[in-house]
Amino acid sequence: MEIILRNLTKKFPSRDRKNHEDVVAVNDFNFEIPDGKLIGLLGPSGCGKSTTLYLISGLQKPTDGRIFFGKDDVTNLPPENRGIGLVFQNYALYPHLTVRQNILFPLQNLKGKDKLTKTEMWEKADGAAKLVQIDGLMDRKPRELSGGQQQRVAIARALVKMPKVLLLDEPLSNLDARLRLQTREEIRRIQQETKITTIFVTHDQEEAMSISDLIVVMKDGVVQQIGRPQEVYDNPANLFVAKFLGTPPINIFEAHIRNSRLFIGDDAVLRLPGLPDQEVYAGIRPEGFICQEGGELCCMKKGIEVMGRDISMVCTHKASLSPTVRIIVGAENNTEPNRYGEEFPVRFRLLSRKVFLFHKETEARIHMRECSL
Amino acid sequence: MKKKRLRDNNLKGWLYLLPAMLFLGVFMVYPLADVFIYSFEEGYNSASQTYFGTGLYNYSYVLHDPYFLQALKNTFILVIITVPLSTGIALFISMGLHSVKPLRELFQTIYFLPYVTNTLAVGLVFMILFKKTPYSDGLINLLITFFGGTAVDFMEGPYWAKMFVLCFYTVWVVLPFKILILTSALSSVSQEYYNAAKVDGTSKTRTFMRITLPMISPMLFYLVITGFIGAFKAYSDVVALFGTDLNAAGMNTIVGYVYDMLYGDSGGYPSYASAAAILLFAIVLTITCINLLVSRNRNLPGGTI
Repeated sequence: MEIILRNLTKKFPSRDRKNHEDVVAVNDFNFEIPDGKLIGLLGPSGCGKSTTLYLISGLQKPTDGRIFFGKDDVTNLPPENRGIGLVFQNYALYPHLTVRQNILFPLQNLKGKDKLTKTEMWEKADGAAKLVQIDGLMDRKPRELSGGQQQRVAIARALVKMPKVLLLDEPLSNLDARLRLQTREEIRRIQQETKITTIFVTHDQEEAMSISDLIVVMKDGVVQQIGRPQEVYDNPANLFVAKFLGTPPINIFEAHIRNSRLFIGDDAVLRLPGLPDQEVYAGIRPEGFICQEGGELCCMKKGIEVMGRDISMVCTHKASLSPTVRIIVGAENNTEPNRYGEEFPVRFRLLSRKVFLFHKETEARIHMRECSL
Repeated sequence: MKKKRLRDNNLKGWLYLLPAMLFLGVFMVYPLADVFIYSFEEGYNSASQTYFGTGLYNYSYVLHDPYFLQALKNTFILVIITVPLSTGIALFISMGLHSVKPLRELFQTIYFLPYVTNTLAVGLVFMILFKKTPYSDGLINLLITFFGGTAVDFMEGPYWAKMFVLCFYTVWVVLPFKILILTSALSSVSQEYYNAAKVDGTSKTRTFMRITLPMISPMLFYLVITGFIGAFKAYSDVVALFGTDLNAAGMNTIVGYVYDMLYGDSGGYPSYASAAAILLFAIVLTITCINLLVSRNRNLPGGTI
């Protein structure tokens, strides 16, 4: 089932007594979600991603715009008639019911021609439980389960009616780091097996990047960029997206273009044919630096952080917006690891495809042509 | 060595408990034990501290005393009518309070007012509402005659009329506390459960029966148990309505009977009073145990609600 969001807008009345302006949670959201895909809604807290999810679920009504499931306009349909399954952030499992009763609950609500016999219900519940691999826990109460198991029960309950759309609100936020890895792969597997169009909300970019077919990056209710995870990472539309994706985060420098060259501080680092002279922000991914004698950019090296596979070099640069510049170097480049404390200059060559330029005021991306020095 | 430390710790624990145990012992356990003993001592005289014999005569007297039987009947009727009724009405009102947004605080305050009002003051108000005097039939009777009924003497008339006033009064007095407890219980149920139910298309009644009720059931049980205990111990409400000569009015309660046996016009019989008090204690204990058993069974894993 593809989902089409057209000019979707949600405003909440302001609680502030002095300022009566409405709070815009979702602003003019346009998106066609293809059938059978896993979509990650990504953004910092308060960016409107959960509201978007609730609008799709029907628990909240949009102020403006339409929602289509396939060809049907569902904007004014109540949630129960939309054919959705929703997994809540805290799972919302009924604590007084067993796992089986929890999974059966949605089925027992069916009326009229959809009404199922008891055996049919049990079969469906068992099927859903098997899919999420909790079939051994059917007679337990939710409080007797671990967080990950509760999560699975919640997914089973959302899936048991075979919804056309599965919505997950921060599905991994209540799990510890190891379980999070496991569960996100589980979500991916379940989605692949059922082929149900799935939308999930997260503030964790790694989570979204790792399992989504498409990610939607939002900020202040406005969609910043939509695309395949790698595409968005390699080609951010603006400064916010560039900063939001990637760990360690991208390094941002105050820079300027003069005579078709990009200057960071006093170093001319790239040749930029055809770009007018201007002040810009230059974002360089941590992996875009190559440690090399005679490189164009000179940073002051402060130390080395070894984090298993990667080694990140912590440097400073006076044009950097953040106090430190983090550079991922391969283990083979681990030169002089023991020299801590005293700063000394290191020179880097830059990979031009890892360098992004952004407009100083609008923070929009400035695209550049071939530009190596 | 380890054993000695353990014993020292135990001693320290008892030392901390001592003040509380002392007070409880002097003001709770000792009187209770004393009442228990009096109830078996025939003709105990508290002034001379004498009695003529021991045995079950006090119980037999009390259980054959028509005034006690009347008090027992009144108390049971009061309990059986007011506890379910007040809990039900309180649940209904708190559901209403929970679902209105504007003026919720105002309504909550209004519903809570009877709780902070003095029992006797409330009793006076009820007198004005119900009492028949040479000058007026009372407000309720005015309404009844207005709608074509015949006036009833609620305070001195037939038994059912007096019982009606008593039940009405009791429900009204205990309502605010129950509403307070239930509104807070209702608001502690996470909205997520309701959202989940809504997404699944659960009907209003089913949501109430299968989600709301089980979620607030601990609070409901608490209210029912304390309601039972409170209603069994009813006394001041009855005095506020019908005056101190409750036996004459036929509206005595068990606690009233105990009081009358001790201090009333026919008083001076601590033995009978003690026996009646022990009987009340046994009844309350039994009912509370039954209540607890019922509530525990419902919480068994796998039990259906």
